[in-house]
Amino acid sequence: MNDMTPRTIFTPAPPRIIAERPAKVVAEGVNVHYGEKRAIHDLSISIPDKAVSAFIGPSGCGKSTFLRCINRMNDTIAGCRVTGRITVDGHDIHDRNLDVVQLRARVGMVFQKPNPFPKSIFENVAYGPRIHGLAKDKTDLERIVVESLKKAGLFEEVKDRMLQPGTGLSGGQQQRLCIARAIAVNPEIILMDEPCSALDPIATARIEELIHELKQNYCIVIVTHSMQQAARVSDLTAFFHLGNLIEVGDTDVMFTSPQDKKTQDYITGRFG
Amino acid sequence: MPDHIMKAYDDDLAALQSMLSTMGGLAEEQLARSVEALTRRDTKLADIVIHADDRIDQMERAVEEKAILTIAKRQPMAKDLRNIMVAIRIATDLERIGDLAKNVAKRSHAISDPIPRRLTSGLQRMGQLAQAQLKRVLDSFAAADSEQAMEVWRHDEDIDALYNSIFRELLTYMMEDPRMIGACTHLLFATKNIERIGDHATNIAENIYYLVHGQPIRDERPKKDDTATTPFSPLNND
Repeated sequence: MNDMTPRTIFTPAPPRIIAERPAKVVAEGVNVHYGEKRAIHDLSISIPDKAVSAFIGPSGCGKSTFLRCINRMNDTIAGCRVTGRITVDGHDIHDRNLDVVQLRARVGMVFQKPNPFPKSIFENVAYGPRIHGLAKDKTDLERIVVESLKKAGLFEEVKDRMLQPGTGLSGGQQQRLCIARAIAVNPEIILMDEPCSALDPIATARIEELIHELKQNYCIVIVTHSMQQAARVSDLTAFFHLGNLIEVGDTDVMFTSPQDKKTQDYITGRFG
Repeated sequence: MPDHIMKAYDDDLAALQSMLSTMGGLAEEQLARSVEALTRRDTKLADIVIHADDRIDQMERAVEEKAILTIAKRQPMAKDLRNIMVAIRIATDLERIGDLAKNVAKRSHAISDPIPRRLTSGLQRMGQLAQAQLKRVLDSFAAADSEQAMEVWRHDEDIDALYNSIFRELLTYMMEDPRMIGACTHLLFATKNIERIGDHATNIAENIYYLVHGQPIRDERPKKDDTATTPFSPLNND
């Protein structure tokens, strides 16, 4: 092969979770450029539904860039060019007829730093359903807010102060509020970009528990710098390096017997 | 493999490796001395073997503690994790080998009458084979050489075959001369123990295979020990 792109290794081929679950997101030959710089090289992966997929790799490896491709967040970055094909449920997300706002409602996102709106807890969650017209009336909206907060495991802690600002919550609670906000618009996929890196271990454990519950109903993709977190929460692990998808495998196998030397070196803490 | 970014992690793994190498050396020595003690019925040497077993037991505990501490501190992954799990298992096998050697040594106290030389030579041969297997498997662990470990794994059938023939031989002696029954029974147990030491060497070999390849060995090991199904009947001699 003359191509610089190494072939992705599958561990096993195909990973069990990919064989068992229907694919929710399929990427084929995706390349991402920031201006002249190619950030992702010819990436192909199938992301299973109702499961957690974790992207790991050193900083600058392209994992967050690829995550942002899935809900076309890269469109908002000047000079960023995405080529190749990405489908959600078989539909091309770059289809001209596709409404990006609708796509982002179906593909929710949670960021590294909790970023609640400077509004009340209630309004933070109600905002999405309201602008997407998901609630029939005020009672219906309240039901959606309460349900979303319950699903995010936050309701019990905030039920008596729904009208107080979301920014007044602790970091972990704010992050769960952001998850509740993402869930409120009924997404099918939830993308999480290092959702726990600003949280303490207890808050992290709560989010991880939540991720575990949410995967019953959603396709979850998480980018994490914590190998242990990827091992704890994910079913599928994908290892990125220098813009290449090096190895994709069942998490159980990836953390005990990865095939690629780079994967092995990275997850055992040998990457120089 | 390159070093860990954190040097202290390498030191932890190196410490485990060195503890196992010391423990392996002790187990080899115990085996050699126990066979010598029994064949010569040297009760002094036997006592040395019996007392030295404590050290192997202590080392097993030390390996276990070190392994648990390393898991807690480093959260090992992939090959490092296998390395630590394998270290714990090998320590267990070596500790068992120590126990079996001690048991062989103890029997030199039990046999009072001189044993005919032809009877002890089988025991000696088995001891030598088991020692060679143990040494080889420990070398392959030190070198993480799964090929060599597999050689050990396949050659265990030689020990089994020898045990099988000694078993039959001892039965014959006992049938010929009931006064030999006491000594022969002790020798039977001693050879059985050495045969088990061989099995532990193959366990270690299997662990080396797992350490290197990340998956357990799938083949069935060739076995030649059929003493469990050998019928005992004096009529056989007619």
